[in-house]
Amino acid sequence: MAINTPPIDAVAEALPAPHRGWAAVARDFARRRPLGAAGAVVVALMIAAALTATLIAPYDPLGVDFGAMMAPPSATHWLGTDAFGRDVLSRLLYGSRTALLVGFGAAFFGATAGVILGVGSAYFGGRVDLYLQRLMDIFISFPLIILALAMVAILGNNLPNLITAITIPMIPRCALVIRSSALAIREMPYVDAARAAGFGHARIILRHMLPNVMAPYLIMLSAFLGQAILLEASLSFLGLGVQEPIAAWGLMLRGAAVDFAETAPWMAIFPGLAISLSVFAFNLFGDSLRDALDPKLRTL
Amino acid sequence: MGKYILKRFFLMFPTLLGVAVLTFFLLRIVPGDVVEARYAGGQGQFVDQKLMAMERAKLGLDQPLWKQFVDWMWGLARLDLGLSMWTGAPITQEIKLRFALSLQVAIMASIVATLLAIPLGIVAALKQDTWVDYAVRVFSIAGLATPSFWLGILMILGFLIIFRWLPPMVYTPFWVDPWQNLAQLIWPALAVGYRYSAVATRMTRSAMLEVLREDYIRTARAKGLWTKLILTRHALKNAMLPVVTVIGLEFAFLLGGLVVTEQVFNLNGLGLLFVEAIARRDYTLTQALVLLVSSAFIVVNFLMDVMYAWLDPRIRYR
Repeated sequence: MAINTPPIDAVAEALPAPHRGWAAVARDFARRRPLGAAGAVVVALMIAAALTATLIAPYDPLGVDFGAMMAPPSATHWLGTDAFGRDVLSRLLYGSRTALLVGFGAAFFGATAGVILGVGSAYFGGRVDLYLQRLMDIFISFPLIILALAMVAILGNNLPNLITAITIPMIPRCALVIRSSALAIREMPYVDAARAAGFGHARIILRHMLPNVMAPYLIMLSAFLGQAILLEASLSFLGLGVQEPIAAWGLMLRGAAVDFAETAPWMAIFPGLAISLSVFAFNLFGDSLRDALDPKLRTL
Repeated sequence: MGKYILKRFFLMFPTLLGVAVLTFFLLRIVPGDVVEARYAGGQGQFVDQKLMAMERAKLGLDQPLWKQFVDWMWGLARLDLGLSMWTGAPITQEIKLRFALSLQVAIMASIVATLLAIPLGIVAALKQDTWVDYAVRVFSIAGLATPSFWLGILMILGFLIIFRWLPPMVYTPFWVDPWQNLAQLIWPALAVGYRYSAVATRMTRSAMLEVLREDYIRTARAKGLWTKLILTRHALKNAMLPVVTVIGLEFAFLLGGLVVTEQVFNLNGLGLLFVEAIARRDYTLTQALVLLVSSAFIVVNFLMDVMYAWLDPRIRYR
């Protein structure tokens, strides 16, 4: 009896394509997750705006014009001007630089430190794990904003310090999630095999464990992006983040924007819209990324 | 079961102690102290050093750090939070009214969040991958993305422009005038509750989806039970566990997390007090506030774990 082999074409089709180009992956993502793709487009636009702010901003974001204080939106100032006569649109465009810098900076450092602690904690286990977990518990029982506030108070508020202040509360949150994934990987036969082969800790962690927690890492990273932008806006709104005259969205909502909200609502509406829209886009994208990479992981 | 609870109970104390130690030393790393904040106003004006040293001695700031810490701990052990370094009044008195205010807003926000999250999450799960599901998802992600302080500004702006009305700006305790009290506090509760519902909605949706795929639901369906009965008795009951956890944990955080919203609505709550206390380097008050919020979180966490273990026997043996 002849063995029934499937036609070679069918086999080739069933196997995943060996090297799909970026364009193909992107197209697939867009087709399956339209909301996520919409988020990605907004994020891309935002990055483009931040990169080209010097070219596309109609005015100098710091340019004070006392002749045009709190001017309503018009042909000359599309989104109006603020209490110092500075162009709101230009400040929004430059503000996206601050937001992205803090967002990407804090999310990257936070998730990366978290991944190192999480994997290390799971790999070494025992006492290291116990102490690290207790330490993480302590940090997690501070509300995010309170820890960030305390950090800003200690470090003083310039941009790098602000990023550090926002990074620190993110670390334990990421470490916890990564640790639980890494615990499962530690029990995998290939880790045992690597240990039996006499590889050192560093090599096992870097070559065998880390690549396998990339999915939760990317998910945490994308979840932190929006949170970091929001946290920066909140701190700046409280006057503890970025300082005048630097353009930052949270800062634009402070002071005169609230006091004169009735007579000059554009000062309060547009910066808030910018914050919401960008965080919304990051979250939409991150959410779809999570669904695509790991549907079972429940992160908040 | 008893052993698990006991073990879990005693695990709370190292964490609390850790929080206390961390807060104590973090605060003392922050440049400046309360005496400097009061006299020099942070402007570096010339102030008599002898006077400052005297003030410090009065507050016990000249003592070695370990002694200050032991004194604080000893006070805590006797349930005495001490005096505020800035006002000199007992901390319990400083916190009392503000705590009532923040607690009320937090409770109201939780109610708003629950009322929004559970129905929305269930509907989204039942209509998975339809436009209803997408709409709920967009609504909840928008809630996560909108800063509650901006939502607050928009609310106030809306009242001003449309109704020419402003919510009352002075706090009236509920027991004095419930209407006046609600008219002020319902708005921050809505602004915060919306944001806070987002997480719970997503949790309800995913928990429901998971439960609906379980065998016992299929069994119930096969028995020919009404869909309504299956949903309420079988599915919802089991799906609520993670949802209650999320709501509980967020509630504990809300107490301290209202910082920014309180600013917008001009509420003199714990959050505002916290920002002031840090700015004034009021060590004792800041320590008390951080400990209060963290212990709320730790205790809620403990209660959740106990509830889980009670509901799901598998957890006890881990």
